Amino acid sequence: MSDRLKRSNEPVFWLLFGAGGMLAALIGAALVFVLVFAVPLGLMPAEALSYASARAFAENALGKVFLFVVVSLFFWHAVHRIFHSLHDLGIHAGRGARLLVYGSALAGTLAVVLALALIGA
Amino acid sequence: MSKRRPYVRPMDGWFKRDPFFIEYMAHEGTAVFVWLFALEMLAGLWALAAGEAAWAGFAAWLASLPGLVVNALILAMLLYHGVSWFLIMPRTLPPVRVGGRRVAGSTISAVGLASMLVASVAVVGFFCLLANGGQG
Amino acid sequence: MTEKMKTIAVLRYRPEQDDTPVWQEYAVPYGDDTSVLAALNYIKDELDGTLSFRWSCRQAICGSCGMMIGGKPQLACKAFLRDYPERVTVEALAHFPIERDLVVVMDGFIDKLEKVKPYLIPREKRSPDEGEYLQTPEEMDLYAQFAGCINCGLCYAACPQVGLNPDFLGPGAIALLQRYNLDSRDGGTDERMALINAELGVFNCTAVGFCSEVCPKMVDPANAVNVNKMNSARDYFFRFLRPSPKQGGCR
Repeated sequence: MSDRLKRSNEPVFWLLFGAGGMLAALIGAALVFVLVFAVPLGLMPAEALSYASARAFAENALGKVFLFVVVSLFFWHAVHRIFHSLHDLGIHAGRGARLLVYGSALAGTLAVVLALALIGA
Repeated sequence: MSKRRPYVRPMDGWFKRDPFFIEYMAHEGTAVFVWLFALEMLAGLWALAAGEAAWAGFAAWLASLPGLVVNALILAMLLYHGVSWFLIMPRTLPPVRVGGRRVAGSTISAVGLASMLVASVAVVGFFCLLANGGQG
Repeated sequence: MTEKMKTIAVLRYRPEQDDTPVWQEYAVPYGDDTSVLAALNYIKDELDGTLSFRWSCRQAICGSCGMMIGGKPQLACKAFLRDYPERVTVEALAHFPIERDLVVVMDGFIDKLEKVKPYLIPREKRSPDEGEYLQTPEEMDLYAQFAGCINCGLCYAACPQVGLNPDFLGPGAIALLQRYNLDSRDGGTDERMALINAELGVFNCTAVGFCSEVCPKMVDPANAVNVNKMNSARDYFFRFLRPSPKQGGCR
Protein backbone atom coordinates (compact mmCIF):
# COMPACT_ATOMS: atom_id res chain seq x y z
CA MET A 1 0.00 0.00 0.00
CA SER A 2 2.61 2.57 1.03
CA ASP A 3 4.77 1.83 -2.01
CA ARG A 4 1.72 2.49 -4.19
CA LEU A 5 1.71 6.03 -2.89
CA LYS A 6 4.63 6.85 -5.11
CA ARG A 7 4.24 10.37 -6.44
CA SER A 8 3.18 10.42 -10.07
CA ASN A 9 5.25 12.42 -12.56
CA GLU A 10 2.19 13.03 -14.68
CA PRO A 11 1.86 16.75 -13.77
CA VAL A 12 4.77 17.59 -16.11
CA PHE A 13 3.20 15.83 -19.08
CA TRP A 14 -0.35 16.77 -18.16
CA LEU A 15 0.50 20.49 -18.11
CA LEU A 16 2.18 20.23 -21.53
CA PHE A 17 -0.82 18.25 -22.80
CA GLY A 18 -3.23 20.85 -21.45
CA ALA A 19 -1.30 23.83 -22.82
CA GLY A 20 -0.98 22.23 -26.25
CA GLY A 21 -4.62 21.14 -26.24
CA MET A 22 -5.81 24.63 -25.39
CA LEU A 23 -3.61 26.19 -28.08
CA ALA A 24 -4.71 23.63 -30.68
CA ALA A 25 -8.36 24.15 -29.72
CA LEU A 26 -8.11 27.93 -30.04
CA ILE A 27 -6.04 28.33 -33.21
CA GLY A 28 -5.13 24.87 -34.59
CA ALA A 29 -7.81 24.77 -37.26
CA ALA A 30 -7.11 28.40 -38.20
CA LEU A 31 -3.41 27.60 -38.70
CA VAL A 32 -4.17 24.69 -41.04
CA PHE A 33 -6.48 27.01 -42.93
CA VAL A 34 -3.84 29.74 -43.25
CA LEU A 35 -1.04 27.39 -44.27
CA VAL A 36 -2.96 25.23 -46.74
CA PHE A 37 -6.23 26.80 -47.86
CA ALA A 38 -5.89 30.59 -47.70
CA VAL A 39 -3.88 30.81 -50.94
CA PRO A 40 -6.03 28.42 -53.06
CA LEU A 41 -9.15 30.23 -51.83
CA GLY A 42 -7.71 33.58 -52.88
CA LEU A 43 -7.53 35.09 -49.37
CA MET A 44 -3.78 35.49 -49.75
CA PRO A 45 -1.56 36.12 -52.78
CA ALA A 46 0.56 33.12 -53.82
CA GLU A 47 3.71 35.04 -52.82
CA ALA A 48 2.58 34.72 -49.17
CA LEU A 49 3.96 31.16 -49.21
CA SER A 50 7.05 32.03 -51.26
CA TYR A 51 10.49 31.08 -49.94
CA ALA A 52 11.32 34.72 -49.25
CA SER A 53 8.21 35.51 -47.19
CA ALA A 54 8.27 32.20 -45.27
CA ARG A 55 11.93 32.84 -44.52
CA ALA A 56 11.19 36.40 -43.39
CA PHE A 57 8.53 35.08 -40.98
CA ALA A 58 10.80 32.38 -39.52
CA GLU A 59 13.76 34.77 -39.23
CA ASN A 60 11.75 37.21 -37.15
CA ALA A 61 12.26 36.67 -33.40
CA LEU A 62 8.53 36.74 -32.63
CA GLY A 63 7.90 34.41 -35.57
CA LYS A 64 10.47 32.00 -34.13
CA VAL A 65 8.86 32.05 -30.68
CA PHE A 66 5.43 31.48 -32.23
CA LEU A 67 6.61 28.56 -34.38
CA PHE A 68 8.49 26.97 -31.47
CA VAL A 69 5.54 27.21 -29.07
CA VAL A 70 2.98 25.92 -31.58
CA VAL A 71 4.92 22.99 -33.03
CA SER A 72 6.44 21.72 -29.77
CA LEU A 73 3.23 22.04 -27.71
CA PHE A 74 1.21 20.30 -30.45
CA PHE A 75 3.69 17.40 -30.23
CA TRP A 76 3.44 17.19 -26.43
CA HIS A 77 -0.35 17.40 -26.52
CA ALA A 78 -0.66 14.70 -29.17
CA VAL A 79 1.75 12.13 -27.72
CA HIS A 80 0.21 12.36 -24.24
CA ARG A 81 -3.27 11.76 -25.59
CA ILE A 82 -2.13 8.98 -27.90
CA PHE A 83 -0.28 7.29 -25.03
CA HIS A 84 -3.43 7.27 -22.90
CA SER A 85 -5.54 6.10 -25.85
CA LEU A 86 -3.24 3.09 -26.22
CA HIS A 87 -3.97 2.30 -22.56
CA ASP A 88 -7.70 2.71 -23.32
CA LEU A 89 -7.38 0.25 -26.19
CA GLY A 90 -5.85 -2.31 -23.85
CA ILE A 91 -2.22 -1.77 -24.85
CA HIS A 92 -0.70 -1.16 -21.45
CA ALA A 93 2.65 0.20 -22.42
CA GLY A 94 5.49 -0.07 -19.98
CA ARG A 95 8.40 2.17 -19.13
CA GLY A 96 10.12 1.56 -22.47
CA ALA A 97 7.08 2.58 -24.53
CA ARG A 98 6.62 5.62 -22.29
CA LEU A 99 10.20 6.70 -23.01
CA LEU A 100 9.68 6.14 -26.73
CA VAL A 101 6.40 8.09 -26.90
CA TYR A 102 7.43 11.08 -24.80
CA GLY A 103 10.94 10.86 -26.23
CA SER A 104 9.46 11.42 -29.69
CA ALA A 105 7.90 14.68 -28.48
CA LEU A 106 11.24 15.72 -27.02
CA ALA A 107 12.93 14.85 -30.31
CA GLY A 108 10.30 16.89 -32.16
CA THR A 109 10.93 19.85 -29.84
CA LEU A 110 14.71 19.65 -30.39
CA ALA A 111 14.19 19.31 -34.17
CA VAL A 112 12.15 22.53 -34.14
CA VAL A 113 14.86 24.34 -32.20
CA LEU A 114 17.52 23.08 -34.59
CA ALA A 115 15.55 24.03 -37.72
CA LEU A 116 14.87 27.51 -36.33
CA ALA A 117 18.58 27.87 -35.46
CA LEU A 118 19.59 26.80 -38.96
CA ILE A 119 17.20 29.33 -40.47
CA GLY A 120 18.96 31.97 -38.42
CA ALA A 121 18.11 35.61 -38.02
CA MET B 1 -16.00 -23.78 3.13
CA SER B 2 -16.73 -20.55 1.35
CA LYS B 3 -18.51 -20.77 -2.00
CA ARG B 4 -17.42 -17.21 -2.82
CA ARG B 5 -15.91 -16.91 -6.28
CA PRO B 6 -16.22 -13.26 -7.39
CA TYR B 7 -16.38 -12.96 -11.17
CA VAL B 8 -14.40 -10.16 -12.83
CA ARG B 9 -15.75 -9.20 -16.24
CA PRO B 10 -13.23 -8.49 -19.01
CA MET B 11 -12.73 -4.94 -20.32
CA ASP B 12 -12.25 -5.90 -23.97
CA GLY B 13 -14.09 -3.57 -26.30
CA TRP B 14 -15.45 -1.41 -23.44
CA PHE B 15 -15.47 1.65 -25.71
CA LYS B 16 -18.14 0.07 -27.91
CA ARG B 17 -20.43 -0.31 -24.90
CA ASP B 18 -21.96 3.16 -24.99
CA PRO B 19 -22.31 5.99 -27.54
CA PHE B 20 -20.75 8.25 -24.91
CA PHE B 21 -17.55 6.16 -24.99
CA ILE B 22 -17.51 6.07 -28.81
CA GLU B 23 -17.58 9.87 -28.88
CA TYR B 24 -14.83 9.94 -26.24
CA MET B 25 -12.57 7.67 -28.30
CA ALA B 26 -13.32 9.74 -31.41
CA HIS B 27 -12.29 13.03 -29.80
CA GLU B 28 -9.23 11.42 -28.23
CA GLY B 29 -8.35 10.26 -31.75
CA THR B 30 -8.03 13.86 -32.94
CA ALA B 31 -4.60 13.77 -31.27
CA VAL B 32 -3.32 11.75 -34.23
CA PHE B 33 -4.19 14.66 -36.52
CA VAL B 34 -2.68 17.25 -34.17
CA TRP B 35 0.48 15.11 -34.32
CA LEU B 36 0.34 14.96 -38.13
CA PHE B 37 0.00 18.73 -38.36
CA ALA B 38 2.94 19.25 -35.97
CA LEU B 39 4.96 16.88 -38.14
CA GLU B 40 3.92 18.77 -41.28
CA MET B 41 4.96 22.10 -39.77
CA LEU B 42 8.25 20.57 -38.65
CA ALA B 43 8.86 19.27 -42.18
CA GLY B 44 8.12 22.77 -43.49
CA LEU B 45 10.64 24.33 -41.11
CA TRP B 46 13.31 21.84 -42.16
CA ALA B 47 12.56 22.52 -45.81
CA LEU B 48 12.84 26.23 -45.10
CA ALA B 49 16.20 25.69 -43.42
CA ALA B 50 17.44 23.47 -46.29
CA GLY B 51 16.92 26.11 -48.98
CA GLU B 52 14.74 27.31 -51.80
CA ALA B 53 14.41 23.99 -53.67
CA ALA B 54 13.37 22.06 -50.58
CA TRP B 55 10.83 24.75 -49.69
CA ALA B 56 9.39 24.59 -53.22
CA GLY B 57 8.93 20.86 -52.70
CA PHE B 58 7.08 21.49 -49.43
CA ALA B 59 4.87 24.14 -51.03
CA ALA B 60 4.12 21.73 -53.89
CA TRP B 61 2.99 19.11 -51.34
CA LEU B 62 0.60 21.62 -49.74
CA ALA B 63 -0.90 22.47 -53.15
CA SER B 64 -1.09 18.87 -54.42
CA LEU B 65 -4.35 16.92 -54.38
CA PRO B 66 -3.17 14.41 -51.73
CA GLY B 67 -1.86 17.34 -49.69
CA LEU B 68 -5.19 19.14 -49.89
CA VAL B 69 -7.16 16.00 -48.99
CA VAL B 70 -4.95 15.12 -46.00
CA ASN B 71 -5.00 18.71 -44.77
CA ALA B 72 -8.78 18.98 -45.19
CA LEU B 73 -9.03 15.97 -42.89
CA ILE B 74 -6.58 17.55 -40.43
CA LEU B 75 -8.61 20.79 -40.54
CA ALA B 76 -11.86 18.95 -39.81
CA MET B 77 -10.28 16.99 -36.95
CA LEU B 78 -8.74 20.11 -35.40
CA LEU B 79 -12.15 21.79 -35.50
CA TYR B 80 -13.63 18.71 -33.80
CA HIS B 81 -10.80 18.80 -31.25
CA GLY B 82 -11.57 22.45 -30.47
CA VAL B 83 -15.31 21.95 -30.14
CA SER B 84 -15.00 18.79 -27.98
CA TRP B 85 -12.30 20.50 -25.87
CA PHE B 86 -14.65 23.31 -24.91
CA LEU B 87 -17.64 21.02 -24.46
CA ILE B 88 -15.82 19.08 -21.68
CA MET B 89 -14.37 22.24 -20.16
CA PRO B 90 -17.14 22.64 -17.53
CA ARG B 91 -15.95 19.27 -16.11
CA THR B 92 -12.25 20.13 -16.16
CA LEU B 93 -12.24 23.78 -15.08
CA PRO B 94 -12.45 24.76 -11.41
CA PRO B 95 -15.92 26.14 -10.59
CA VAL B 96 -16.19 29.77 -11.75
CA ARG B 97 -18.13 32.15 -9.54
CA VAL B 98 -19.38 35.55 -10.61
CA GLY B 99 -21.02 37.70 -7.93
CA GLY B 100 -21.16 34.72 -5.54
CA ARG B 101 -23.09 32.63 -8.09
CA ARG B 102 -21.70 29.61 -9.84
CA VAL B 103 -21.48 30.03 -13.61
CA ALA B 104 -23.44 27.33 -15.49
CA GLY B 105 -21.53 24.70 -17.46
CA SER B 106 -23.27 25.66 -20.68
CA THR B 107 -22.06 29.25 -20.23
CA ILE B 108 -18.45 28.07 -19.78
CA SER B 109 -18.68 26.01 -22.99
CA ALA B 110 -20.27 28.92 -24.86
CA VAL B 111 -17.51 31.32 -23.75
CA GLY B 112 -14.88 28.75 -24.77
CA LEU B 113 -16.41 28.21 -28.20
CA ALA B 114 -16.73 31.97 -28.67
CA SER B 115 -13.03 32.46 -27.83
CA MET B 116 -12.18 29.72 -30.34
CA LEU B 117 -14.09 31.65 -32.99
CA VAL B 118 -12.51 35.00 -32.07
CA ALA B 119 -8.98 33.54 -31.91
CA SER B 120 -9.43 31.77 -35.25
CA VAL B 121 -10.69 34.89 -36.99
CA ALA B 122 -7.82 36.86 -35.44
CA VAL B 123 -5.20 34.37 -36.68
CA VAL B 124 -6.62 34.19 -40.21
CA GLY B 125 -7.01 37.98 -40.26
CA PHE B 126 -3.49 38.57 -38.98
CA PHE B 127 -1.84 36.35 -41.59
CA CYS B 128 -4.03 37.74 -44.40
CA LEU B 129 -3.06 41.29 -43.42
CA LEU B 130 0.59 40.27 -43.18
CA ALA B 131 0.50 38.62 -46.62
CA ASN B 132 -1.49 41.32 -48.40
CA GLY B 133 0.16 44.23 -46.56
CA GLY B 134 3.59 42.85 -47.46
CA GLN B 135 2.71 43.23 -51.12
CA GLY B 136 1.93 46.95 -50.58
CA MET C 1 -56.24 -5.99 -14.14
CA THR C 2 -55.33 -6.37 -17.82
CA GLU C 3 -51.59 -6.73 -17.72
CA LYS C 4 -49.06 -5.39 -20.17
CA MET C 5 -45.89 -7.48 -20.11
CA LYS C 6 -42.24 -6.72 -20.60
CA THR C 7 -39.18 -8.95 -20.80
CA ILE C 8 -36.37 -8.40 -18.35
CA ALA C 9 -33.07 -10.09 -19.20
CA VAL C 10 -30.96 -10.48 -16.07
CA LEU C 11 -27.29 -11.41 -16.10
CA ARG C 12 -27.16 -14.19 -13.53
CA TYR C 13 -24.13 -15.54 -11.77
CA ARG C 14 -24.36 -18.23 -9.12
CA PRO C 15 -20.77 -19.09 -8.21
CA GLU C 16 -21.69 -22.59 -7.04
CA GLN C 17 -23.16 -23.55 -10.44
CA ASP C 18 -22.15 -20.99 -13.12
CA ASP C 19 -18.62 -20.84 -14.50
CA THR C 20 -19.41 -17.53 -16.18
CA PRO C 21 -22.48 -15.27 -15.94
CA VAL C 22 -25.50 -16.28 -18.04
CA TRP C 23 -28.54 -14.32 -19.26
CA GLN C 24 -31.95 -15.33 -18.01
CA GLU C 25 -35.22 -13.77 -19.18
CA TYR C 26 -38.35 -13.09 -17.16
CA ALA C 27 -41.73 -11.77 -18.33
CA VAL C 28 -43.00 -9.17 -15.90
CA PRO C 29 -46.29 -7.24 -15.81
CA TYR C 30 -45.79 -3.50 -15.72
CA GLY C 31 -47.55 -0.17 -15.57
CA ASP C 32 -46.49 3.45 -15.96
CA ASP C 33 -45.04 3.54 -12.46
CA THR C 34 -43.21 0.19 -12.43
CA SER C 35 -39.56 0.75 -11.57
CA VAL C 36 -36.90 -1.80 -12.47
CA LEU C 37 -36.53 -2.42 -8.74
CA ALA C 38 -40.25 -3.18 -8.44
CA ALA C 39 -39.92 -5.57 -11.37
CA LEU C 40 -36.97 -7.34 -9.72
CA ASN C 41 -38.99 -7.68 -6.53
CA TYR C 42 -41.85 -9.12 -8.58
CA ILE C 43 -39.45 -11.69 -10.05
CA LYS C 44 -38.12 -12.59 -6.60
CA ASP C 45 -41.56 -12.85 -5.02
CA GLU C 46 -43.52 -14.47 -7.85
CA LEU C 47 -41.17 -16.11 -10.38
CA ASP C 48 -37.74 -16.99 -9.04
CA GLY C 49 -36.77 -16.69 -5.39
CA THR C 50 -33.12 -17.41 -6.15
CA LEU C 51 -32.47 -14.01 -7.80
CA SER C 52 -30.13 -11.87 -5.65
CA PHE C 53 -29.93 -8.08 -5.61
CA ARG C 54 -29.40 -5.30 -3.08
CA TRP C 55 -32.00 -2.66 -2.30
CA SER C 56 -33.41 -0.70 0.56
CA CYS C 57 -35.09 2.69 0.35
CA ARG C 58 -36.86 2.69 -3.06
CA GLN C 59 -36.36 6.47 -3.29
CA ALA C 60 -32.86 7.11 -4.61
CA ILE C 61 -31.21 8.00 -1.33
CA CYS C 62 -29.77 4.78 0.13
CA GLY C 63 -27.54 4.05 -2.89
CA SER C 64 -27.98 0.26 -2.68
CA CYS C 65 -29.65 -0.66 -5.96
CA GLY C 66 -27.09 0.52 -8.52
CA MET C 67 -26.90 -1.74 -11.59
CA MET C 68 -26.46 -1.62 -15.36
CA ILE C 69 -29.93 -1.09 -16.81
CA GLY C 70 -30.07 -1.04 -20.59
CA GLY C 71 -26.27 -0.94 -20.44
CA LYS C 72 -26.08 2.27 -18.39
CA PRO C 73 -25.28 2.57 -14.68
CA GLN C 74 -28.50 3.53 -12.92
CA LEU C 75 -30.38 3.13 -9.66
CA ALA C 76 -33.01 0.42 -10.20
CA CYS C 77 -35.50 2.44 -8.13
CA LYS C 78 -35.05 5.46 -10.42
CA ALA C 79 -35.29 3.61 -13.76
CA PHE C 80 -38.71 2.74 -15.16
CA LEU C 81 -39.83 -0.05 -17.48
CA ARG C 82 -41.98 2.43 -19.46
CA ASP C 83 -38.75 3.99 -20.85
CA TYR C 84 -37.64 0.77 -22.56
CA PRO C 85 -38.99 -1.09 -25.57
CA GLU C 86 -40.30 -4.61 -25.01
CA ARG C 87 -37.03 -5.87 -23.49
CA VAL C 88 -34.54 -4.42 -21.02
CA THR C 89 -31.23 -5.84 -19.83
CA VAL C 90 -30.19 -5.74 -16.19
CA GLU C 91 -26.63 -6.53 -15.16
CA ALA C 92 -24.46 -6.06 -12.08
CA LEU C 93 -22.57 -2.74 -11.89
CA ALA C 94 -19.69 -2.72 -14.38
CA HIS C 95 -16.06 -2.65 -13.15
CA PHE C 96 -16.98 -4.32 -9.87
CA PRO C 97 -16.46 -8.07 -9.37
CA ILE C 98 -19.80 -9.91 -9.33
CA GLU C 99 -20.45 -11.59 -5.98
CA ARG C 100 -23.75 -13.14 -7.09
CA ASP C 101 -26.33 -12.13 -9.75
CA LEU C 102 -26.77 -8.35 -9.35
CA VAL C 103 -24.75 -8.14 -6.15
CA VAL C 104 -21.21 -6.81 -6.52
CA VAL C 105 -18.15 -6.92 -4.27
CA MET C 106 -17.89 -3.44 -2.74
CA ASP C 107 -14.77 -4.03 -0.60
CA GLY C 108 -12.32 -2.23 -2.88
CA PHE C 109 -14.69 0.73 -3.19
CA ILE C 110 -15.22 0.99 0.57
CA ASP C 111 -11.47 0.75 1.10
CA LYS C 112 -10.95 3.70 -1.27
CA LEU C 113 -13.59 5.75 0.55
CA GLU C 114 -11.80 5.10 3.84
CA LYS C 115 -8.42 6.04 2.39
CA VAL C 116 -9.40 9.64 1.66
CA LYS C 117 -10.04 10.30 5.41
CA PRO C 118 -13.66 11.31 4.82
CA TYR C 119 -14.15 13.15 8.12
CA LEU C 120 -13.35 16.59 9.47
CA ILE C 121 -9.76 16.97 10.56
CA PRO C 122 -10.15 20.20 12.54
CA ARG C 123 -8.01 23.15 11.53
CA GLU C 124 -7.63 24.02 15.21
CA LYS C 125 -8.42 21.74 18.13
CA ARG C 126 -10.99 23.12 20.50
CA SER C 127 -12.69 21.67 23.54
CA PRO C 128 -16.49 21.18 23.62
CA ASP C 129 -17.00 24.09 26.02
CA GLU C 130 -15.49 26.44 23.45
CA GLY C 131 -18.57 25.80 21.31
CA GLU C 132 -19.23 24.58 17.79
CA TYR C 133 -17.13 25.11 14.70
CA LEU C 134 -19.17 27.76 12.94
CA GLN C 135 -19.73 28.00 9.21
CA THR C 136 -21.59 30.49 7.02
CA PRO C 137 -24.07 29.40 4.31
CA GLU C 138 -21.60 30.70 1.69
CA GLU C 139 -18.85 28.48 3.12
CA MET C 140 -21.17 25.49 3.11
CA ASP C 141 -22.22 26.22 -0.47
CA LEU C 142 -18.64 25.55 -1.62
CA TYR C 143 -18.80 21.84 -0.77
CA ALA C 144 -22.55 21.08 -0.46
CA GLN C 145 -22.70 19.60 -3.97
CA PHE C 146 -19.98 17.03 -3.14
CA ALA C 147 -21.69 16.17 0.15
CA GLY C 148 -24.66 14.86 -1.85
CA CYS C 149 -22.85 11.61 -2.70
CA ILE C 150 -24.75 8.47 -1.63
CA ASN C 151 -21.87 6.04 -2.40
CA CYS C 152 -23.98 4.15 -4.92
CA GLY C 153 -20.99 3.30 -7.13
CA LEU C 154 -22.60 4.35 -10.42
CA CYS C 155 -19.64 6.62 -11.23
CA TYR C 156 -17.24 3.68 -10.84
CA ALA C 157 -19.34 1.64 -13.25
CA ALA C 158 -19.20 4.63 -15.64
CA CYS C 159 -15.44 5.09 -15.40
CA PRO C 160 -13.39 3.02 -17.88
CA GLN C 161 -10.20 4.00 -16.07
CA VAL C 162 -11.49 2.26 -12.92
CA GLY C 163 -12.17 -0.81 -15.05
CA LEU C 164 -8.73 -0.67 -16.66
CA ASN C 165 -6.87 0.02 -13.41
CA PRO C 166 -8.75 -1.18 -10.31
CA ASP C 167 -6.18 0.61 -8.11
CA PHE C 168 -7.35 4.03 -9.32
CA LEU C 169 -8.92 5.88 -6.40
CA GLY C 170 -11.87 6.69 -8.67
CA PRO C 171 -14.45 9.47 -9.05
CA GLY C 172 -16.59 8.90 -5.93
CA ALA C 173 -13.74 8.75 -3.43
CA ILE C 174 -12.11 11.85 -4.92
CA ALA C 175 -15.44 13.72 -4.82
CA LEU C 176 -15.71 12.77 -1.14
CA LEU C 177 -12.12 13.91 -0.58
CA GLN C 178 -12.94 17.21 -2.24
CA ARG C 179 -16.02 17.61 -0.03
CA TYR C 180 -13.76 17.66 3.06
CA ASN C 181 -10.96 19.68 1.48
CA LEU C 182 -13.45 22.44 0.62
CA ASP C 183 -14.93 22.52 4.13
CA SER C 184 -13.90 25.70 5.98
CA ARG C 185 -13.69 23.73 9.26
CA ASP C 186 -11.30 21.15 7.82
CA GLY C 187 -7.51 21.32 7.91
CA GLY C 188 -6.71 17.92 6.40
CA THR C 189 -5.95 18.96 2.82
CA ASP C 190 -2.20 18.34 3.16
CA GLU C 191 -2.76 14.88 4.63
CA ARG C 192 -5.00 13.94 1.70
CA MET C 193 -2.67 15.40 -0.92
CA ALA C 194 -0.41 12.33 -1.02
CA LEU C 195 -3.30 10.26 -2.39
CA ILE C 196 -4.17 12.85 -5.04
CA ASN C 197 -0.53 13.00 -6.16
CA ALA C 198 0.08 9.26 -6.10
CA GLU C 199 0.18 6.93 -9.07
CA LEU C 200 -3.26 5.65 -7.97
CA GLY C 201 -4.47 9.27 -7.83
CA VAL C 202 -6.12 11.82 -10.12
CA PHE C 203 -3.88 11.39 -13.15
CA ASN C 204 -5.51 8.06 -14.03
CA CYS C 205 -8.47 10.17 -15.14
CA THR C 206 -8.65 11.03 -18.86
CA ALA C 207 -11.67 13.34 -18.51
CA VAL C 208 -14.17 10.94 -20.03
CA GLY C 209 -16.84 12.70 -17.96
CA PHE C 210 -19.34 9.83 -17.98
CA CYS C 211 -19.16 9.60 -14.15
CA SER C 212 -20.84 12.99 -13.85
CA GLU C 213 -23.42 12.10 -16.52
CA VAL C 214 -24.66 9.05 -14.60
CA CYS C 215 -24.50 10.50 -11.07
CA PRO C 216 -28.05 10.39 -9.65
CA LYS C 217 -27.25 13.19 -7.20
CA MET C 218 -25.61 15.77 -9.52
CA VAL C 219 -22.37 15.57 -7.53
CA ASP C 220 -20.15 16.08 -10.63
CA PRO C 221 -17.25 13.85 -9.50
CA ALA C 222 -15.41 14.54 -12.79
CA ASN C 223 -15.01 18.12 -11.69
CA ALA C 224 -13.64 17.10 -8.27
CA VAL C 225 -11.05 14.88 -10.00
CA ASN C 226 -10.00 17.43 -12.59
CA VAL C 227 -9.77 20.36 -10.18
CA ASN C 228 -7.38 18.22 -8.17
CA LYS C 229 -5.16 17.64 -11.21
CA MET C 230 -4.35 21.34 -11.09
CA ASN C 231 -3.90 21.17 -7.30
CA SER C 232 -1.54 18.25 -7.74
CA ALA C 233 0.44 20.00 -10.48
CA ARG C 234 0.83 23.03 -8.20
CA ASP C 235 1.97 20.74 -5.39
CA TYR C 236 4.39 18.98 -7.73
CA PHE C 237 6.25 22.13 -8.70
CA PHE C 238 5.92 24.26 -5.59
CA ARG C 239 6.73 21.59 -3.01
CA PHE C 240 10.39 22.63 -3.19
CA LEU C 241 9.51 26.19 -2.20
CA ARG C 242 7.71 25.25 0.99
CA PRO C 243 9.61 25.94 4.20
CA SER C 244 9.22 22.55 5.94
CA PRO C 245 7.98 19.13 4.80
CA LYS C 246 4.32 18.68 5.65
CA GLN C 247 2.97 15.65 7.45
CA GLY C 248 1.68 12.97 5.09
CA GLY C 249 3.66 14.19 2.12
CA CYS C 250 4.91 11.29 0.05
CA ARG C 251 8.48 10.49 -0.79
